Amino acid sequence: MPARTVSVTMTVNGRVRTLEVQPHHTLLQCLREQLELTGTKECCSMGECGACTVIVDGRSVNSCLMLAAEADGCTVTTIEGLAQDGRLNALQESFLEAGAVQCGFCIPGMVMAAQDLLNHNPHPTVEQIKEGLAGNLCRCGGYARIIEAVHAASRGKME
Amino acid sequence: MSAEWIGKSPRRVGGFERVTGAQQFLADIRLDGTLSVRLVHVDCGHAKIIEVDTSEAAKVPGVHRVLTAADLPQPVPRFGPTFQDRPVIAVDEAKFFGEPVAAVAAETDDAAQEAAAQVRLRYEELRGVYTIDDALDSGAPLVQDPSLRPKDPLRNTNTLEELKFGWGDVEKAHADVVVEDTYTFPMVTHFAIEPYAFMAAPDGDGIRVWSPIQHPFILQRIIADVLELPLAKVRIFAPDPGGGFGGKGYPKFEPLLAFLALKTGRPVRLVLTLEESFQAGRRMANRVRVRSGFLRNGSIVFHDIMADCMIGAYVDIAARVVEKASYTACGPYRVPNARILSRALLSHTTPSTAFRGFGVPQMSWAVESQLDEAARKLGIDRVEIRLRNLPRKGEVFIPGDLPCDGNWDEALRKAAAAVDWGSPLARGRGRGIALGLKISATYAASYVVLRLHYDGSATLMTGTSDMGQGARTVFSQIVAHEMGIPLSQVAVVMGDTAVVPYDTSTSASRSTVIMGTAVFRACQELKAQIRRLAADTLSASENEVVVDRGVIHGPKGDLTFLAFLRDFLGSTRGELIAVGQEVKKKTWKHPLAGTTVFYELSCTAAEVEVDTGTGMILIHTFATVGDVGKALNPQHVEMQDGGAAVMGLGHTLMEHLILDASGRIRNLGALDYRIPTIKDLPLQMHSLAIENEDGPGPYGSKGTGEGGLLATSPAVGSAVQEATGVKIRDLPLTPERIWQGLQDHVRGR
Repeated sequence: MPARTVSVTMTVNGRVRTLEVQPHHTLLQCLREQLELTGTKECCSMGECGACTVIVDGRSVNSCLMLAAEADGCTVTTIEGLAQDGRLNALQESFLEAGAVQCGFCIPGMVMAAQDLLNHNPHPTVEQIKEGLAGNLCRCGGYARIIEAVHAASRGKME
Repeated sequence: MSAEWIGKSPRRVGGFERVTGAQQFLADIRLDGTLSVRLVHVDCGHAKIIEVDTSEAAKVPGVHRVLTAADLPQPVPRFGPTFQDRPVIAVDEAKFFGEPVAAVAAETDDAAQEAAAQVRLRYEELRGVYTIDDALDSGAPLVQDPSLRPKDPLRNTNTLEELKFGWGDVEKAHADVVVEDTYTFPMVTHFAIEPYAFMAAPDGDGIRVWSPIQHPFILQRIIADVLELPLAKVRIFAPDPGGGFGGKGYPKFEPLLAFLALKTGRPVRLVLTLEESFQAGRRMANRVRVRSGFLRNGSIVFHDIMADCMIGAYVDIAARVVEKASYTACGPYRVPNARILSRALLSHTTPSTAFRGFGVPQMSWAVESQLDEAARKLGIDRVEIRLRNLPRKGEVFIPGDLPCDGNWDEALRKAAAAVDWGSPLARGRGRGIALGLKISATYAASYVVLRLHYDGSATLMTGTSDMGQGARTVFSQIVAHEMGIPLSQVAVVMGDTAVVPYDTSTSASRSTVIMGTAVFRACQELKAQIRRLAADTLSASENEVVVDRGVIHGPKGDLTFLAFLRDFLGSTRGELIAVGQEVKKKTWKHPLAGTTVFYELSCTAAEVEVDTGTGMILIHTFATVGDVGKALNPQHVEMQDGGAAVMGLGHTLMEHLILDASGRIRNLGALDYRIPTIKDLPLQMHSLAIENEDGPGPYGSKGTGEGGLLATSPAVGSAVQEATGVKIRDLPLTPERIWQGLQDHVRGR
């Protein structure tokens, strides 16, 4: 029997979206499949790798661990919501300038986790950056330059 | 004049897409009318399949097709890059945990998942071959059906191949000191953050297949073979891989998807979970016994190496991994007598495949550790013993192969300096240093097409895959530099076999050198065309025309590209097209079908601190130095080298796949299988290079990208030994192992 859907209204990257979601679908599935916001990536599906990180109501979450239905009434920012009119934000610029991007698959989640960190702590120490990004795996091993990128963005050097 | 681009670090081409989420990895591509595919496998490593009952699964609403071996041409086609031993889907037996016995295609992923759970499997679990000792047990079941290699005398064993390399005479060589030990290196998994994903769709009388594959032309050949289609009717789309590391080199489920697409007449799409990705490819596990002889002055007299290499249920590229790694098992040293015997052992486990370093880390863990043991016995410094045995540039050290092609002592000294080698150590600390050597491609065929457009911009078409190493950026730099056009006016097209010309593979750190040479040559060919064609306009002979960085110089005046193109192509417009190529044929006389194009040499040095209460290792300083010839993009070189180093710390400190008695992987997935996080970074990390412009690639470059992990384990292991007095021979160096070692050490065991 087809599952009954749930009606959800959320603000995604500044736009109010109302849609019917499957009760068992995650926010990640909803973003990728229904809203076609494929910038958010799926890897481990158990909240360990951070590839699916988005910001919900001002806090970074693993969108694979949150049901789409739970996002009803929430404000969601995904990687697609950072650049304005094709202009990268300071953190995105900083990632490119520092050479923090290799294959790029972890990068949307990494940038969102870093953005969340900077939103709450505009001038983090290296230890705080490490703590803030501890839940985001990068198998290309670009951590050193990722730290550099976040640090540079926090100093406002890249604007 | 345009900017010079070589040796500069412009931003990554494709970087903008990667920080905005616009980059389309395979799972982000949507085709209309696509069916979702899920796989069904048995819950053990080795089983006889008695019945696959798909009747309930077929009733799930939305299910379009449930495919088993019975639905395929008989006998079921087999494939593989070297041995055609892997069936498209399991036949009669499941030979590794995760091998699919059925595949479901449905309108939605939910329906496919539900139907996959409804497929009823009746199977009998069989005794499996899950360890090296199992494989060598004459009573063990045969992993491979002997009829697949009827003429092979080893067909009734689980030894796929026995390889022998060597020179001199180990038996007769006189040594003052002999050290002997056995080292193990476990199975580890690639863990690219992008799990494997595949799509296929019918295409008139042919097929289109999507895969984040590193070697699209090998996939094209294999699909053409299993479907009995001409190459021209098989179009491979290879979107940039989200991390490859060798794991995405060779076909896995693409043939299955191709059959499903043809059976259903629809596009089909399979995205593996991370757990399934673990089950799809891994690094081979080794047990290496080494007996080494030395003179009192530290000179190596001989290495006698016996390597047992546990490959998986199907060969994939593993035989080549065993072969290449064994061939260079003695490392970058002058070794007058060598005997290397390796066995590639089949097992009922995930097929082992290429993995960054291609078998070298497993060998260097053993052989480099032997040098340290000898140094200790002889009272020689560990840097010194290496310096004494390193060949000089131009010196032959593997008979019949390329002589030493770099100032390797420089790399060693630079790494030693980076960790203050020789300075007093704080309590509880130790240092280690080791070298790694890897051969690159021994044959190649790489072609490019370079098009100079009417407005002076250029499009390069190449079969290299950009999986993060930055090939697009570096090739763009070469074109911009040679043609004298802005980097922003170069486009690089990759990943479509119907559009880009042939390339053997993106592997062996070869692309900058081999494809880079093809790109460089295409630029020269384009300039030669321009010289020829511009001679008229400039009222000069061809010899008098010089094309340099975007300007065409004649005896009576100069022309810009743009002016020339407007004049020559005229109002009909058009373009100039050049082909570049780099081909190195196979030489059958050589054991590896050819000498290496260059050596990838790297030195790793570490200073560690060990917490004797917990066995935890803290890495204070960590340095890698690669001999890169010339860093065409220094930032990219550093990223690749540092990234490899972090990956090396993974297999050194924490990674290993653990099997249970039924051959199931117990630590499947991100929770139980740990890879380095940002918090595992060494406190200080130096990714360095030496550049003597002595490589065969453009501007004297050599390849890089793998070097950084070739010698991580022996360097860290040696540092731990200096810090604690405990020598560990089995990877990974987990806190438990070190703690246990410390307890044994204290008790004098």
